[in-house]
Amino acid sequence: MAELTYREAVAEAIAQEMERDENVVFLGEDIGKAGGVFKATVGLFDKFGPERVRDTPIAEQAILGAAMGAAMTGLRPVAEIMFSDFFAVCWDIVANQIAKTRYMTDGQVTMPLVIRTANGGGVRFGAQHSQAVENWAMMIPGLKVIAPSSPADVKGLLAASIRDEDPVIFFEQKSLYAEKGEVPDGEHIEELGTAKVVRPGDDAVIYALAAMVPRAVKAAERLQAEDGINVSVVDVRSLVPLDTQTIFDEFRKSGRAFTVEENPRLCGWGAEISSLITEECFWDMDLPVTRITTPHIPLPASDNLEDAALPSVDRIYNTVREGLD
Amino acid sequence: MATTAKTKPGKRAAKPKATAEELNHFYREMLMIRRFEEKAGQLYGMGLIQGFCHLYIGQEAVIVGMQAAADTEKDSVVTSYRDHGHMLACGMDPKGVMAELTGRASGYSRGKGGSMHMFSREKRFFGGHGIVAAQVPIGTGLAFAHRYKEDGGVCMTYYGDGAANQGQVFESFNMAALWKLPVVYVLENNRYGMGTSVARAAANQELYKRGTAFGIPGEEVDGMDVVAVRDAAKKALDSVRSGKGPQILGMLTYRYRGHSMSDPAKYRTREEVSKVRAEQDPIDRVRNMLMEHDYATEDQLKKVDAEIKAIVTEAAEFAQQSPEPDPSELYTDILIET
Repeated sequence: MAELTYREAVAEAIAQEMERDENVVFLGEDIGKAGGVFKATVGLFDKFGPERVRDTPIAEQAILGAAMGAAMTGLRPVAEIMFSDFFAVCWDIVANQIAKTRYMTDGQVTMPLVIRTANGGGVRFGAQHSQAVENWAMMIPGLKVIAPSSPADVKGLLAASIRDEDPVIFFEQKSLYAEKGEVPDGEHIEELGTAKVVRPGDDAVIYALAAMVPRAVKAAERLQAEDGINVSVVDVRSLVPLDTQTIFDEFRKSGRAFTVEENPRLCGWGAEISSLITEECFWDMDLPVTRITTPHIPLPASDNLEDAALPSVDRIYNTVREGLD
Repeated sequence: MATTAKTKPGKRAAKPKATAEELNHFYREMLMIRRFEEKAGQLYGMGLIQGFCHLYIGQEAVIVGMQAAADTEKDSVVTSYRDHGHMLACGMDPKGVMAELTGRASGYSRGKGGSMHMFSREKRFFGGHGIVAAQVPIGTGLAFAHRYKEDGGVCMTYYGDGAANQGQVFESFNMAALWKLPVVYVLENNRYGMGTSVARAAANQELYKRGTAFGIPGEEVDGMDVVAVRDAAKKALDSVRSGKGPQILGMLTYRYRGHSMSDPAKYRTREEVSKVRAEQDPIDRVRNMLMEHDYATEDQLKKVDAEIKAIVTEAAEFAQQSPEPDPSELYTDILIET
């Protein structure tokens, strides 16, 4: 085990897969010589050279078009969209082209590509560089959607995404890039479509994603310490495919669930989980599912305003404690 | 008319710049597309083809001339939704194309693609794309793969005069020129982007010059003259294949039918269409050349007509008799099944 940061794990995963398969190419803005605006791809350009690690113009449609065209004939491109907010300028290629091609070609043309992107708030970048847009991707049939919360999962899930035959939208949470964690040495692969119970508990379950996972864990620890309430935390990790087995199993232990979502409230992933639990686990329900989300607002830049908007440890703690009262 | 084709109708042509064999091949290929599209139009009128259906009638010389110059073992093709002609010229089976139009299980996409979305990996035809200009960045990516794999192939990326005004085209031009990608951008200027003429949509109508800012050479070609298309294609493909970077071929062409089957084409006069048909029709031009130079006899051409008619009739019958896709197909090939 080595201790790596979340950002170092990104570069490790890409390097691991590029060494393994020469069909893996990496392209994006400032990813090569500059090492990525979040320094998540440092070292790859020197290691693999400009043919495989391609700095592109600031032209998101061209980047994703190039990735898609290359994937159609068997390359395995990893494309970076610097901020997930920028999906709005190239969403046609994602939603209408990449996601639909396998279906429209009757399986003739697969799309083994990964689009990595820095997602989410907490770093005061304001309304156009802070959004958590995983639900945009989740609602398009034909995409897989992954959002890791730890360095180990970054490495394992990104590597698995690169090996996957389907297009994967890989959301890296930008406020987590500096976080450290133990990462297994050598080749490390996790399975897409699996949630992870990161803290066991049987009084209630909190489902969380990406940056909300460590916050949910802190809130759960406080509930245990101050109130003797034993809450489990499930890192959802994979929105598509969604691990309903783990989600339901964990729910049935208590019949009480909370979601912690960074996305603005309407149509967040937690709404889907809430709906699934209601339909599939109705007779096990002790309380309605409670969603803890960012309100349905654009994210502000000011630190005190942004902190007030995103689900905080305090808000999670208070909501769960009051909900279980 | 927004632009002028450099043809002199009615004048007896000098010796053609193509052999008898080549001209006979062009005639057959173009007539195949024409008759296929006429049949598709008929089936549409009968309600057997539904949804969108964009016919290629009038533009046949472009794809046939281009394919005649291409290395069909290596090169790839990607285009927009006006794609039936491209598929036939790439060697795809008329039966499978027609069956996709009628939404049947034996169609190229098993009924899940429709008129605008058919593909054949085997023939290196990569769609069939429904969003105006989206195929241009994708074709640039196909070229990226040719270059990365060093397979010697070139991607021929087709787009229309409407698509020429889309921003993603310029993003692609820049990337392709910057990386010297093996791509020929084939602009099929049929003079109307849906119902709006080029003159009413483009600030500068010389669309083939739109790569100038990126150093991409562009050439205007009489897209109603299959031999001129073939010759321009050959030159462009040779240059692009040798690693000199992308080129644009601006084909001046014309679609006889509406934008789609639901378009009555009231934005232009009947006289305009009749004049092009009478003076520039790409199939008549080759037919005249064949006859004038004794490259074919009336009987031989009649035989070709009959053969094509039989192929198209067979395709139409196949497309009507094939079973509909099983409802379970709704859920296949969304993601890889596990």
